[in-house]
Amino acid sequence: MVTAPVRADGEERLETLARLAGSVPDPELPVITLEELGVLRTVSEPEPGHLDVQLTPTYTGCPAIEAMASDIERVLRRAGAEQVTVRIVLSPPWSTDDISEEGRRKLAEHGVAPPRPTARADGPLLVPLSPTRRTGPASSAPSDPAIPPADPVRCPHCGSADTALLSRFSSTACKALRRCELCGEPFDHFKEV
Amino acid sequence: MTPTASPTALATLPLADDALVLSHRLGEWAGHAPVLEEELALANIALDLLGQARSLYAGLREELGTEDEIAYLRDEREFLNCQLVEQPRGDFAHTIVRQLFFSTYQQPLYTQLAPALPLAEKAVRETAYHRDHAEQWTLRLGDGTVESHARTQRAADALWRFTGELFQPVEGLDVRWEELEEEWSAGIADVFGRAGLTVPESPRTGAWTAGAGRQGLHTEPFGRMLAEMQYLHRSHPGATW
Repeated sequence: MVTAPVRADGEERLETLARLAGSVPDPELPVITLEELGVLRTVSEPEPGHLDVQLTPTYTGCPAIEAMASDIERVLRRAGAEQVTVRIVLSPPWSTDDISEEGRRKLAEHGVAPPRPTARADGPLLVPLSPTRRTGPASSAPSDPAIPPADPVRCPHCGSADTALLSRFSSTACKALRRCELCGEPFDHFKEV
Repeated sequence: MTPTASPTALATLPLADDALVLSHRLGEWAGHAPVLEEELALANIALDLLGQARSLYAGLREELGTEDEIAYLRDEREFLNCQLVEQPRGDFAHTIVRQLFFSTYQQPLYTQLAPALPLAEKAVRETAYHRDHAEQWTLRLGDGTVESHARTQRAADALWRFTGELFQPVEGLDVRWEELEEEWSAGIADVFGRAGLTVPESPRTGAWTAGAGRQGLHTEPFGRMLAEMQYLHRSHPGATW
């Protein structure tokens, strides 16, 4: 963590400050940074010494957003900003597609199955495969298009695709609880939105 | 299609009140849910709803005051939530049927509002999970044991009279209400059909039954709920953690 004031000028300085804000760890999943999570939108300086930060929540009710905002403010003040305003923006809504590759890798390493690409992601469409295991009858509700077709959630411990959903909601709103049928370990899955 | 007009902040008050009140009712399951996973699920759904309410209340600061003032210092008649969400949580089947009725309403409602209302655009993705959760449980309970089936049917029959109000147009919200109601009825009939439940035939609204929550008229349990919810803030104004 940089503690000395950032002295460079102009754009370079703003970039350094944005990187600094982005390097703040997620309060609930400290293995990944806010930049990797994709929740930091912009850092600008409308007036000299006054930084304006736009932050977006993962889930509408995510209580971690307040800790994120105060962590960003602390880091930027320590870097020399006189005034920091962190604004919460909702639009466009955050999606799990905003988590970087590096963020996904770190989540998996930490034992959290990363989200699968949603139907909204650019690029080729996923070929729907039948689920390896389901815990209830197929849903016919016109679900949000974000919920991807059956693309197996792999166990972050052993890599098996044979996993079962235990609960749609886990320790935080953004995760579901699953169990690996091969190695028997329960694990969190960062569910797609 | 003409672009949807952005609703004024005040027009979103009924939506915010729906979310806050249902969030509180779901919160009443803390420590009482049948299994730990359900305890977490209901708390997470409650948290999503609380987030919706807070976000909308924050937009009403000029009109109504701070989030805390809006939630804790208004009286019963000033709340514009529908009567469905204020009903006591009942047993687990009761809560699940209410969740099904409400999420099958909220998800398409937010889908319609999404282009113009950032909160709806954001929350609609979460409400899809709420709806899926309610649907899976309705199937499991309706198509479960004799006891679970009976309780779920009883809940559906009891809550049915509060469902007509959901489609009363809210002034200032650009919503195709009839289309919403058709979509809701089809969705409920589909889930009930697969769950082996009977769609009630009783009136969905009536002179004395339900239908005036949006005008600030509420059922008797709501006052008691508010008394509990607002007690701390009113007794210790400005209290913080």
